Amino acid sequence: MDQYKTLVTSLLEKGLRHDSRKLMDYRPIEVEVNPIPRANGSARVKIGNTEVIVGVKFDVGTPFPDTQDEGVLMVNAELSPLANPDFEPGPPGPAAVELARVVDRGIRESHCIDFTKLCIKEKEKVWMTFVDIYPMNDDGNLLDAAALAAVIALKNAVLPKYDEKEEKVMFKEMSKKKLDMSKLPVLVTFAKNASYIFIDPDRKEENVLDTRLSVSSLADGKLVAMQKGGQGTFTKEELLNIFDLAVEKAKEHRKLIK
Amino acid sequence: MEKLYVSDREIVVPGDILAEGIEYLPSGKAYREGEKIFASVMGMASVKGRVVKVIPLAGRYMPKKMDALVGKVIAVLPGGWSIEINSPYAADLPLAEGTSEYIPRGADLTRFFDLGDYIFAEVTLITETKFVKLSASRRPYRRLRGGILIEISPVKVPRLIGKQGSMVGMIKDATGCEIVVGQNGWVWAKGTPEKEALVEKIIKTIEVESHKKGLTDKIKKMLEENK
Amino acid sequence: MGGKKAGSPDKLIVNGKRLDGRKLDELRPITIKAGVIPNADGSCALTMGETRVVAAVYGPRECFPKHFQLQDRAYMECIYTMVAFSTTDRARPGPSRRSTEISKVIKDALLPAVFMEKYPRTKIDVYIEVTNANAGTRTAAINAAAVALADAGIEMRDIVTAIASGKIEGQVALDLFEPEDNFGEADMPLAMMPKTKEITLLQLDGEITREEAEQMIEMSMKACEEIYELQKKALKDKYASEKSAEVEGEGDENGSV
Repeated sequence: MDQYKTLVTSLLEKGLRHDSRKLMDYRPIEVEVNPIPRANGSARVKIGNTEVIVGVKFDVGTPFPDTQDEGVLMVNAELSPLANPDFEPGPPGPAAVELARVVDRGIRESHCIDFTKLCIKEKEKVWMTFVDIYPMNDDGNLLDAAALAAVIALKNAVLPKYDEKEEKVMFKEMSKKKLDMSKLPVLVTFAKNASYIFIDPDRKEENVLDTRLSVSSLADGKLVAMQKGGQGTFTKEELLNIFDLAVEKAKEHRKLIK
Repeated sequence: MEKLYVSDREIVVPGDILAEGIEYLPSGKAYREGEKIFASVMGMASVKGRVVKVIPLAGRYMPKKMDALVGKVIAVLPGGWSIEINSPYAADLPLAEGTSEYIPRGADLTRFFDLGDYIFAEVTLITETKFVKLSASRRPYRRLRGGILIEISPVKVPRLIGKQGSMVGMIKDATGCEIVVGQNGWVWAKGTPEKEALVEKIIKTIEVESHKKGLTDKIKKMLEENK
Repeated sequence: MGGKKAGSPDKLIVNGKRLDGRKLDELRPITIKAGVIPNADGSCALTMGETRVVAAVYGPRECFPKHFQLQDRAYMECIYTMVAFSTTDRARPGPSRRSTEISKVIKDALLPAVFMEKYPRTKIDVYIEVTNANAGTRTAAINAAAVALADAGIEMRDIVTAIASGKIEGQVALDLFEPEDNFGEADMPLAMMPKTKEITLLQLDGEITREEAEQMIEMSMKACEEIYELQKKALKDKYASEKSAEVEGEGDENGSV
């Protein structure tokens, strides 16, 4: 792969990518809303050949002791070996955990969901929102695809009915209640190789990049979550530049959120 | 009872009946059960006289004797090299087959092939249980210095090469890259980074559109646009 | 069986029709698409009514861990999983006793069709994700996996085909969907190689007579023929225009320098 890194680097010097993209071009993005009937909300997002499905499921459980009047959000990612020849079966490894946590942070820190509205009975019963991420084909940048799919799935999710008398969820009957997604966090991932920064790395580029930074932002330009990955470094100037670009790029993605 | 059930070039899938009667002979990717001959893979039926076979449309590379391969050195051993050949099996390149040069005892083998080097070699032996031996001692087989490795489905290799090497020849001429195509679906290319990336893009286009009409023209156009 | 279970609909059959409008011997609508996962050697997306599965095949590839390696044939690993949001209540991700057993019977159903001896010392991985479950997931998984194996170019005798029959309100019925699966009396998944009619999977949950068993097997075998045609069509559709390539010629098979 070293020879390929040389190729990627020398193309970047000239403002080029191996697949003819410009440095700040995304691959084509496709969005499908609610492809999974059994999920309470779901989305399929494709970025180039990368494909992720995310499903939302609700259940009722007990709140955490420190937030007794708030619903619970649980984000989980399964890197099924179906999606990439290098994924192995078994419990989630570091890559899966990072993917889930970065998506989780974007949603949680943006306060796009009012968790107090998901309280059924303080200290006792709250709605649990499970967001499950499943890559179907990993051709790089699962982070952005998963984050976008998660927001779309949540926005389109409908809560099942809750029987107050019996104190249980009627999983098969839907209410009309949806999550009030006032804000929409959008994650944009930048990669760095040598001194060049580019967006939306595919799998070939991921294999050779030095480092990456994922930035989640809101429509008003506020940054809500970030994650640096890889062993390389960024300068302050690079970071400031990335923040501006992240907000700019997020505008394009936001148009895809239905 | 003698009957042919498929026409030449018809798409067949595993289990499809191809022919009936002992007159017909199954060849690659076709098998006989009693009087009948069936396809064992998805592919194109081929009928040449009495010989009925299937040309596969998909599948990993399985080594055959005399195949010319592009490989990658994955280990330097006391008696030679271990080579990855884009198949489920790694191949051995014995010391004596590595080069036409005489290699004295205890010589530093990395001088000839180092870890990670690409190599063009020929399959000289394959056992029943698929142990593979290579040779690179005769021209054109050799060490491939620098360059990048490009993958293409092994079943599409003939399309990439073209009639009498016409397709790959056209790509070489237009890009000025050195290109070596292995039957194992690994292609080595060396030139400027732009041209290497272009060769990669063109090979991927051939892979995806190998079955479409006007491919040669499309490739010609891509090459001209990127001059 | 006795009384009605909690949550059961009043009737599963009304005027000879099932709750989804099907006749007793009628399949749910089936769609099959080959080659849906670019990273995989072979893949397939399949729907049977609301049941949806995706299968991917990787291999034959080098066998890890090494102690699974067989000197004279390939080793197959088959993993069936349900995605967390595929069921009415969220399913806990990861393997369960149920999925472990189903993975095993799927492998046993597929193996008789594969020429494993053509690929000594290798491993063939078959991964199946159920993305939406509405009964019949193991048979849908087998149908998809068989197409994915063929799509991967792996040598096989035939394409394995599967379907379940069951018993609802005392009557034999084909391809149960969820309410019938939950509240019916019996469910019997079956897989076969249609060319030779050899059966490669048979399971039964519930009480049936010998006559009913025979009826169910016959009903399933007939339905398998129907599904078999759809599987073959899905594979051929992927290469529908392949023939035209001949206009330009195949080219040489030799390596090129």
